[in-house]
Amino acid sequence: MEQADLQRLFDSKIEQEIRIEPKDWMPEAYRKNNLRQISQHAHSEIVGMLPEANWISRAPSLRRKVALLAKVQDEAGHGLYLYSAAETLGTSRDEMLEDLNSGKAKYSSIFNYPTLNWADIGAVGWLVDGAAITNQVALCRTSYGPYARAMVRVCKEESFHQRQGYEIMMSMAFGTPEQKQMAQDALNRWWWPALMMFGPNDSESPHSQQSLNWKIKRVSNDDLRQEFIDKSIPQVEYLGLTLPDPDLKWNEERGHYDFGPIDWEEFYRVISGNGPCNKDRLEARNKAHNDGAWVREAAMAFAEKRQTNVA
Amino acid sequence: MNSKNWPLFEVFIRSKNGLSHKHVGSLHAADPAMALENARDVYCRRNEGVSIWVVPSDHITASDPGDAEELYEPARDKIYRHPTFYTIPDEIGHM
Repeated sequence: MEQADLQRLFDSKIEQEIRIEPKDWMPEAYRKNNLRQISQHAHSEIVGMLPEANWISRAPSLRRKVALLAKVQDEAGHGLYLYSAAETLGTSRDEMLEDLNSGKAKYSSIFNYPTLNWADIGAVGWLVDGAAITNQVALCRTSYGPYARAMVRVCKEESFHQRQGYEIMMSMAFGTPEQKQMAQDALNRWWWPALMMFGPNDSESPHSQQSLNWKIKRVSNDDLRQEFIDKSIPQVEYLGLTLPDPDLKWNEERGHYDFGPIDWEEFYRVISGNGPCNKDRLEARNKAHNDGAWVREAAMAFAEKRQTNVA
Repeated sequence: MNSKNWPLFEVFIRSKNGLSHKHVGSLHAADPAMALENARDVYCRRNEGVSIWVVPSDHITASDPGDAEELYEPARDKIYRHPTFYTIPDEIGHM
């Protein structure tokens, strides 16, 4: 088929909501755009384990410990689903991991903030996973088949992540005054970074329109952010906590909450490597990768030896 | 140092007896035994299955989307292969 015909076929599939599959022809820019988004998403799952892993051995009860352990294990699995989806676009997992470990690849800037105490684990599950779910539910209809399928699995598994976080927040918000204060402090610190997870404003996001046209993204950054804010406010009110935003108020005309300005300077500072934990996260990633090298090699050597013995 | 990548396996899960195995995704493993163990850990954490198949990805031969026309087009106009092509009077009932 001629290039122009291939392009027409591709465009008509996008138009008709027919998913693009790995062996289908696709424009190079579509492939690259998907690869960047999916691999960044995968990296975020992997780095996302680090702020929480520290608290597994410090969980206040066995119930909290098994939940957190299961959540972190899920995130490793979600990273794997996403790396697999990205691999169908013609890259290898090793290359992607190398880009992550060398600092070349980006991951969600939220994971460069520290989890200072147990209330943070509640806030992370509730707000960070809540924001991620808002984004991922929309991505279940993304145009690239393997990515959409990975998102369906992830969403199905992730709903418990947010619920266990909210349960932690409830225990603390309804606990002693000191516990309630810890919950409020965690909410104060995580609220704005959680809103930044949806990315820059639509007007500042040059690739967004192309991604929306290709249906890689289905809903714009600002619309997803608004949806998340509207959903979260009754949850905050139930806890009897307050949001660190004096401009927050219901706008009858818009049918949405208005909110104050986001500190985009902070966002760009953290994403470009100067957040509170960027260095720690990369060091921990590299250490885990390097310390595990002998295991990967030994497993491969063992498999090869066994194969030789059979042959 | 041996820096060879672990090969890729495709994973198929039977969700319950009576249903066929269905493709659920893929993973890397050093050998088939490890692929099975990893598939159990990654794809069966919530009672998703009662049986797992793993197949080295490079053992799968796939059709080319570019051949879609010659592969599937011939079936499209053979509507006489479908039951609704034949008219049976109402008084006969379900057939």
